[in-house]
Amino acid sequence: MTRQTFVERSFLAKNPSVLWFILILALFTLGVTVLSEAYGVAFLSTSFVKTLGKTLCLCLVALAMDLIWGYAGILSLGHMAFFALGGYGLGMWLMYARTEEIVVAALAQGGLPATPEEVRQGIAVQIFGVVGASEFPAIWAFAHSFWAQLALVVLVPGVLALIFGWLAFRSRVTGVYLSILTQAMTLALALYLFQNDSGLRGNNGLSGLQNLPGLAEVSQDEVSIWFFWASALALGLGYVLLAWVVSGKFGSVIRAIRDDEQRVRFLGYSVEGYKLFVFTLTAVIAAIAGALYYPQAGIINPAELAPIASIYLAVWVAIGGRGRLYGAVIGAAFVSLLSSWFTGGRAPSVPLGFYTINWVDWWLVLLGLSFVAVTLFAPKGIGGLFDLWQGLRSPDRKGAPLGPDDGALMEKEAKE
Amino acid sequence: MSALLEVSGVSVTFDGFRAINNLSFSIGAQELRAIIGPNGAGKTTFMDIVTGKTRPDTGSVTFGERSVSLLSLSEAQIARAGVGRKFQRPTVFEDQTVAENLTMALKAQRAPWRVLFWRETPADRVRVEGLAQEVGLADHLPRKAGELSHGQKQWLEIGMLLAQEPRLLLVDEPAAGMTLAEREHTTRLLVEMAKTRAVVVVEHDMDFVRRLECKVTVLHEGAVLAEGSLDHVTKNQQVIEVYLGRG
Repeated sequence: MTRQTFVERSFLAKNPSVLWFILILALFTLGVTVLSEAYGVAFLSTSFVKTLGKTLCLCLVALAMDLIWGYAGILSLGHMAFFALGGYGLGMWLMYARTEEIVVAALAQGGLPATPEEVRQGIAVQIFGVVGASEFPAIWAFAHSFWAQLALVVLVPGVLALIFGWLAFRSRVTGVYLSILTQAMTLALALYLFQNDSGLRGNNGLSGLQNLPGLAEVSQDEVSIWFFWASALALGLGYVLLAWVVSGKFGSVIRAIRDDEQRVRFLGYSVEGYKLFVFTLTAVIAAIAGALYYPQAGIINPAELAPIASIYLAVWVAIGGRGRLYGAVIGAAFVSLLSSWFTGGRAPSVPLGFYTINWVDWWLVLLGLSFVAVTLFAPKGIGGLFDLWQGLRSPDRKGAPLGPDDGALMEKEAKE
Repeated sequence: MSALLEVSGVSVTFDGFRAINNLSFSIGAQELRAIIGPNGAGKTTFMDIVTGKTRPDTGSVTFGERSVSLLSLSEAQIARAGVGRKFQRPTVFEDQTVAENLTMALKAQRAPWRVLFWRETPADRVRVEGLAQEVGLADHLPRKAGELSHGQKQWLEIGMLLAQEPRLLLVDEPAAGMTLAEREHTTRLLVEMAKTRAVVVVEHDMDFVRRLECKVTVLHEGAVLAEGSLDHVTKNQQVIEVYLGRG
């Protein structure tokens, strides 16, 4: 009897990729800090540090997408909506608190100390003037409180995911129908937020989010590095959390649901409960990533909720490699950085004589083609390269007998 | 002997086709039973009803000493109540190891939160190894289930059913696609399992049923045609007409 198959091993020993990931992330963070304008040799511009910080947030939401799609097999096309809701949640406080400072300073010019009512009125006019309103909508009730708004960053997307997921999974909507449903949710939410009376400034969105309240004299050079650190920390914690979630029996069950959910039901697991759990957990992680992303972007508007954003998310995860956490991170980092390089106009055009390929226009075509190519020819994505490197290819029996006994079924027969 | 599973007056219609017609059937707590019948006799539909996959139009299905009705429970709840099912084609999770497959099936808390914090104890480990030993897969624990032979997958699935510790096991054509040696092993497993629980085997193959040496129920057009020992039912004129005579 082979006892050594069950040797007691710690979580990290069983998941060496977690240590590698944390190590690489730590070195990367250190490297960027040393090269930054605020704390180092000023090799990297502040705007590039922001790009890197945003990329780390995208990696975090890609991790969430990998858990729900790569592991649990649910192709959600709505997770960027949760991401944006997280951004709106923190953005409301940032905008309120920052505007409050400006209004208080302006009213102080008048000589008489301003009453709280005057201040509140002033903030409302400042924020909602662009949509022709001067009153705070009900959803801004907690915008003055950092902690309340921070709780809403998690609660609003969490509760939305819980309700939506409960309705969808309970009716056993699966596969492409569920994808369409999540996409419809995203689109409906975006269209609602585009309205001026949605209470979130319609298509103007929230802006000036890069300015931290109370820290007006701190330069963006420093703020950008602080957010970069926070993003790196969130990504590291998110990675460890999700690696822990998928490492045990829970991971086994959700992968089983992906492969044959009916069979999992007959094992006594409530498939709907697991899907709901994963859907809500990943929505909350996406929201946290969004709350860290938008202060670095500086602006958020309803276009961020467009269904295409969630499709990009799926493309990143597919290219990086579904069903392995580091694959999602590699995919998101690689494709989003490449994307900003191509669309930023920095990629050299290719003159063909009769036509010049301008990458700003052609990047999407290239991305689409690589997505199709990866899906068809390398379903494991970039992460599959690690398997090749380790020589862990899935067995290819080429039709040889399946069993050790004479007369065991051939592969071809067993499939019939 | 009180019945563990009591099916009475159950009927199901699919688009006008009456798959199960006023079926009544019961099985004791420690009994091995074979169900035979021609294609379309309602064997698989019967299993679907007991496991909650199909809801009958009329009739009742009760289970256990307290006669719990299975008709209002979900598939997962029925499985947790103690009904295990083995499909005709081996359905194991091919992307996961034999040990992972068995661990997942192990009788334990099934709620997501509890499973998230579940960690393997030495007792679980011993149990998984014991199960693997029982179904002859002790040397294959770290292998992916997808690499196993057809027969080995069938055994793994039987091992997973044992891990669930069900009180009633429904087994659909366990011998399909097996070699002679594998069939004998499977027969031994089934007979052994029926010593401590109820086992219902749906089978086409008469030789295999004979080997089981148990009571046989013949289904035809969704109802019980005859019941008794194999020799008894094979002498029944109606059975010969609808089923055996056609061979």
